[in-house]
Amino acid sequence: MIEISPRFFRHSPNLLARTAFFVILSLLLMALDSRFKYLGGVREIFSVIVYPLQKLAQVPMSMYDAASELFQHSEIAEENVHLKQQHLVDKGQLLRLRALEAENTQLRKLLNATQRIKNKATVAEILRVPHDPFNRKVLLDKGSMSGIEAGQAVVDDIGVVGQVTRNYPLASEVTLLTDRDHSVPVQVVRNGLRSIISGTGREGVLELRYMAINTDIQEGDVLVTSGIDGVYPPGLPVAVVSQIDRNPNYIFARITCMPVSGVNQNRQLLILSTPAPRAGTPAEATKMKSRQEARRQ
Amino acid sequence: MTLANSPRHEILMPVKGWFIMLSLIVALLLNLVPLTGTARTLQPDFVALVMLYWYVNEPQRVGISMAFWMGLLMDLSNASTFGQHALGYSVMAFMALVFNRRVGIFDGYKQAPQIGLVLLSGQIVTLLAALFAGSPFPGWNFFLGSIVGMLLWPLLSAILRAPQKLWSASDAR
Repeated sequence: MIEISPRFFRHSPNLLARTAFFVILSLLLMALDSRFKYLGGVREIFSVIVYPLQKLAQVPMSMYDAASELFQHSEIAEENVHLKQQHLVDKGQLLRLRALEAENTQLRKLLNATQRIKNKATVAEILRVPHDPFNRKVLLDKGSMSGIEAGQAVVDDIGVVGQVTRNYPLASEVTLLTDRDHSVPVQVVRNGLRSIISGTGREGVLELRYMAINTDIQEGDVLVTSGIDGVYPPGLPVAVVSQIDRNPNYIFARITCMPVSGVNQNRQLLILSTPAPRAGTPAEATKMKSRQEARRQ
Repeated sequence: MTLANSPRHEILMPVKGWFIMLSLIVALLLNLVPLTGTARTLQPDFVALVMLYWYVNEPQRVGISMAFWMGLLMDLSNASTFGQHALGYSVMAFMALVFNRRVGIFDGYKQAPQIGLVLLSGQIVTLLAALFAGSPFPGWNFFLGSIVGMLLWPLLSAILRAPQKLWSASDAR
């Protein structure tokens, strides 16, 4: 006997099964993406589809910018005067800085130390701040076609913003300092104390974890990158200590910090090119290795 | 309200496939508009809204796979874990398809609370998935987008129905 269900009920019986299929597929993708990071290629293909839409969505913003520029002539004149004064002040400081830099290179040469490598930098614009409360990331409009690689540091004019974690052909994904999974090795300017600062997933809140209660740290201390990781060049401002909670019931102090860079205010960011070279292998180790290889041959 | 007055029982031309596609692309575009501050918290998920419209009004034309693929596109443009939105959208699609006959009896204003409930459950599923993955709770205003979406529903369904009405009218002449 052939049962023909009317068209009206056609899709009902297996609706649950199909939903279950897609739910399981989604869960599988989430596991693959977050635990094993297998989906780079798939993401790249999708990113090329989404990129034109992202650019198009920006059009109203850039049109607004252009329009407001037209009406801002008087403001610009005022700003110009102000900037000229600022320029003079800066020039004086720059001269001093140059003198110091020259002196520094001289001293380093004398000490036979490795010279700090000047980082090249690429300016990129924020393409999109995702509307997703679960991760702190932004998309920039420069990608692997402009030579951006995953792992590069991203800064603004005040301090560190984050790190490039994924690169697509035309865009790149930056994980911000405040992301839950992001850490930066830092150093306290006042006394040179080294530590690691981590994001909390909340906006504008960073944390110094695993610092003993009696650690010499004060509210208002400025933290800069220590450069030990080989990702961030040393000396970039990262955060200011905003609150310290030394509760003797716990082993560690709760140290809350505020990032100095303003991700929410800037449209342009700077991507620093590949980090300074890692410290070379100690001479002893390379000798041992070559000896072992010689023995093998 | 008699059945004959309800929008579902107007006789309309069947919707054209390209129109569904176009509406989804426009919705994605609206989701991608870079907003800041309060506007960003209040920004509803247009893709979810437009998809729900099609699931409620044209259940024969759209399958759950559409929700899945749109979810993947949203995940990518949001830089979130792959599958996070896809999961939420699939569940929303399921609910909309189960409830579409019931929701279809009402007109736009009375549909809104039910749609709000579907949007909210989709968000809760996404939230649970993220919490299991170890994210912190994002705060209650995470759900404001759904409420704004609910308020926008009558307007949105009127806009999406307009071209179909036009086609039907031109055909009748």
